[in-house]
Amino acid sequence: MATQHELAHSAPDAATSETLLGVEGLSVAYGDQQVVSDVSFTLGRGESLALIGESGSGKTTIARTVLRLLPKGARILGGRMDFDGREIAGISDRAFRPLRGAQLGFVPQDPGNALNPVRTIGVQAHETARLLKLKSRGEERERILETFAEVGLPDPKRIYRSHPHELSGGMLQRVLIGLAVMPRPSLIVADEPTSGLDVTIQKVVLDLFEELKRSLGLSLLFITHDLAIAAERADHLVVLKDGVVQEHGPSKSVFANPKSDYTRELQADVPAINPNRYRSIHLARNTAERNALGSQIEVRSVSKTFGDVVAVDDVSFAVQRGKTHALVGESGSGKTTTVRLLLGLEHADGGEIVVGDGVVNGHSRSQWRSVRRHLQLVYQNPFTSLDPTWRVGRIVREPLDRFGVGDKDERRERVAEAIRSVGLPEEMIARKPANLSGGQRQRVAIARALVMRPEVLVLDEPTSALDVTVQAEIIDLLFRLQSELGLTYLFVSHDLSLVRQLADTVSVLHDGRVVEQGTVEKIFANPENPYTQALLQAIPAVPRVDQSRRVLDPAPV
Amino acid sequence: MSFAAVPQPAGPRLLSRRRLRVLALPPTVLLSFVIVAIVLLWALFPSLFTSHSPVTAVPTQKFLPISSAHWFGTDYLGRDNFTRVIYGTRSSVLNAFVAVGIGLLVGGVFGLLAGFLGGITDALIGRGVDVLLAIPGFLLAVVLVVSLGFNTINVAIATGITMTAIFARIMRAETLKIRQSVFVESSYLQGGSPLFVLFRHILPNAYRSVLALAVLQLGNAIIIIAAIAFLGYGSPPPASDWGLLISNGANYQQIAPWLIYCPAAVVVITVLSINRISRWLRNTN
Repeated sequence: MATQHELAHSAPDAATSETLLGVEGLSVAYGDQQVVSDVSFTLGRGESLALIGESGSGKTTIARTVLRLLPKGARILGGRMDFDGREIAGISDRAFRPLRGAQLGFVPQDPGNALNPVRTIGVQAHETARLLKLKSRGEERERILETFAEVGLPDPKRIYRSHPHELSGGMLQRVLIGLAVMPRPSLIVADEPTSGLDVTIQKVVLDLFEELKRSLGLSLLFITHDLAIAAERADHLVVLKDGVVQEHGPSKSVFANPKSDYTRELQADVPAINPNRYRSIHLARNTAERNALGSQIEVRSVSKTFGDVVAVDDVSFAVQRGKTHALVGESGSGKTTTVRLLLGLEHADGGEIVVGDGVVNGHSRSQWRSVRRHLQLVYQNPFTSLDPTWRVGRIVREPLDRFGVGDKDERRERVAEAIRSVGLPEEMIARKPANLSGGQRQRVAIARALVMRPEVLVLDEPTSALDVTVQAEIIDLLFRLQSELGLTYLFVSHDLSLVRQLADTVSVLHDGRVVEQGTVEKIFANPENPYTQALLQAIPAVPRVDQSRRVLDPAPV
Repeated sequence: MSFAAVPQPAGPRLLSRRRLRVLALPPTVLLSFVIVAIVLLWALFPSLFTSHSPVTAVPTQKFLPISSAHWFGTDYLGRDNFTRVIYGTRSSVLNAFVAVGIGLLVGGVFGLLAGFLGGITDALIGRGVDVLLAIPGFLLAVVLVVSLGFNTINVAIATGITMTAIFARIMRAETLKIRQSVFVESSYLQGGSPLFVLFRHILPNAYRSVLALAVLQLGNAIIIIAAIAFLGYGSPPPASDWGLLISNGANYQQIAPWLIYCPAAVVVITVLSINRISRWLRNTN
């Protein structure tokens, strides 16, 4: 991690004086709603700046204002933007157009959607290459291939001929970064450039940005929701909330000495920064329940093949009663298939799955019904897992109705109890999901899972669609429920820093196999498998802040 | 260690915002609603809008042009053309509702079955729909009316049958999409039976876009019914279906052009209004 430390400390000294992008008093509104209020910041030549905020903070709107890509209906209410010594907020579209692409590069959030799926990468690269005004198409092609090599794409000629679907997400993002840097702009705006990528790929892409910044003298404007990444990678931070700057300054000092309450809250809520947030609970629980309670779930040598693809290959793990076991892996690791096998949504080709005291694979539909009373699932995305036409009360009551539990009054009482236990006010019962925030929706989904009073909750990335402060609230809630109700959790995630906070034991999955498993302490302190080690290195290494002394020292990984 | 269970107050703001939204309808949509409401009132209470009789001839007043006394002029028997249009609304518009109702019900059920059951059912229904779509809708409707007998309700039935195919298509597509959604899988996990999922989750979510199509088809149905009446396959005179009025007016195009243009304008404005509402429904999903 030494390199990252050097980076964090090596704020470019030579170029700090010269400002490339200056934003002053910027305010933007969509219709009557002001989304950016009086935002000011400056970005020096060769420096990087991160705009940090949660959804609705206005960070993307600011980036779009700089690039003049605001959607219809948005208005700039005031403020000025200076780019390379020239005011650009007031100039005409015609005067602005030569800047975009050539001087201002853009790397979008979702590489999968940013390229035309029916044309080859090469054809689309030529569109950008035309900005260079080279003499011939052959010269353009040469420059494109050079650029692909520059961003670390293997076999540029093959990439040039490929269609987007033939490349992985990480490679597509490299292509897009390449296209953004090819005209040698002085500023690159990157809108959550890694949020759709796996953690190990994320690290590689961020490293590439660092390298290009140094070798080409680029300035970088990062838009991100992830404080840990911003602190590790950017020279300066601007923390936004509801369109208002909460705090800005050099990363190191903002991080060591946050002045605003919101930054402090963010800092406390980011799992990568606080690996030991829940350690006292784990410790208390472990001493209180020293006597082993036995296992609640056992998966023994389970395999599943789809056509030629081996999705799950000889996977075994056990979940202790009342504990949290985490399945960790990147996309394609087989973690989702494993969960679907456990819930009976897919049928295993071989092996045994034991829930409670009975083998469940090979069960009939009605047998599964009784298993699922005690085994409930909380989905990843609360925006899709709740029927938009139903009201909260009915959503939470659905399992009671379907399983025929109790009479009408008892059901109503149990729904109210579940709603209260997840910390929602009872008035929410009459609302529809569209009138709830993401966090509230996920609470509803948890209430629905709890209303049957199950023994096991399967949590499939339950916070990955949520903002980090909301994520912290949901994780708090899950801990409280586990303590109160003695629940067993199977927690599926790609986020190792979250797993470190939450889980007691871990299985690391890679290409459908368990590559390593054990207690959280053992895996995080002493990873043996190279893949586990790579995953751990992908956790952003932020300067650790000692709350009492407020000094910086390297974070042990 | 704080368990941040933050109860958020239920805002009365939502209610007032919803009320505002009704006022903030785009002006063209508002106008369309007003027009459609007037047409519906014509259909239901024609006598409220005119004091003339739609059938009694007044030979002294034939072929009077547009005036304040006769908004749409008078016809070859001296009947008030505006009154004829108003009295013709009922069979023209209400039969369009019947036609769309038939198309929606029959097409909807087939589409739902095809999308939900899949496999051989889907294949069979799908080919049936293809055959139906291959025959021009208007031709099919005329053939059906000829075989069922000439009157307006048969025209409605025939029009409805030609519309089943498109309703089946849309319903199938919506069902397929919703069937794969996460909340449907979740309902199965909560012990929901396929029928429960079909009627409680899939139908309520599918109906929005099917409703928008139904409104659009209502406009089409009015045109098809008017066209069939124009060809003389609808109810015989003295009925005053819009299509029939236009057809009769065509005989006097040289001397009394208002007899053709006024009813035609009513058809066009009504259909355009309905289309505008349909587009608005689809966009505000």
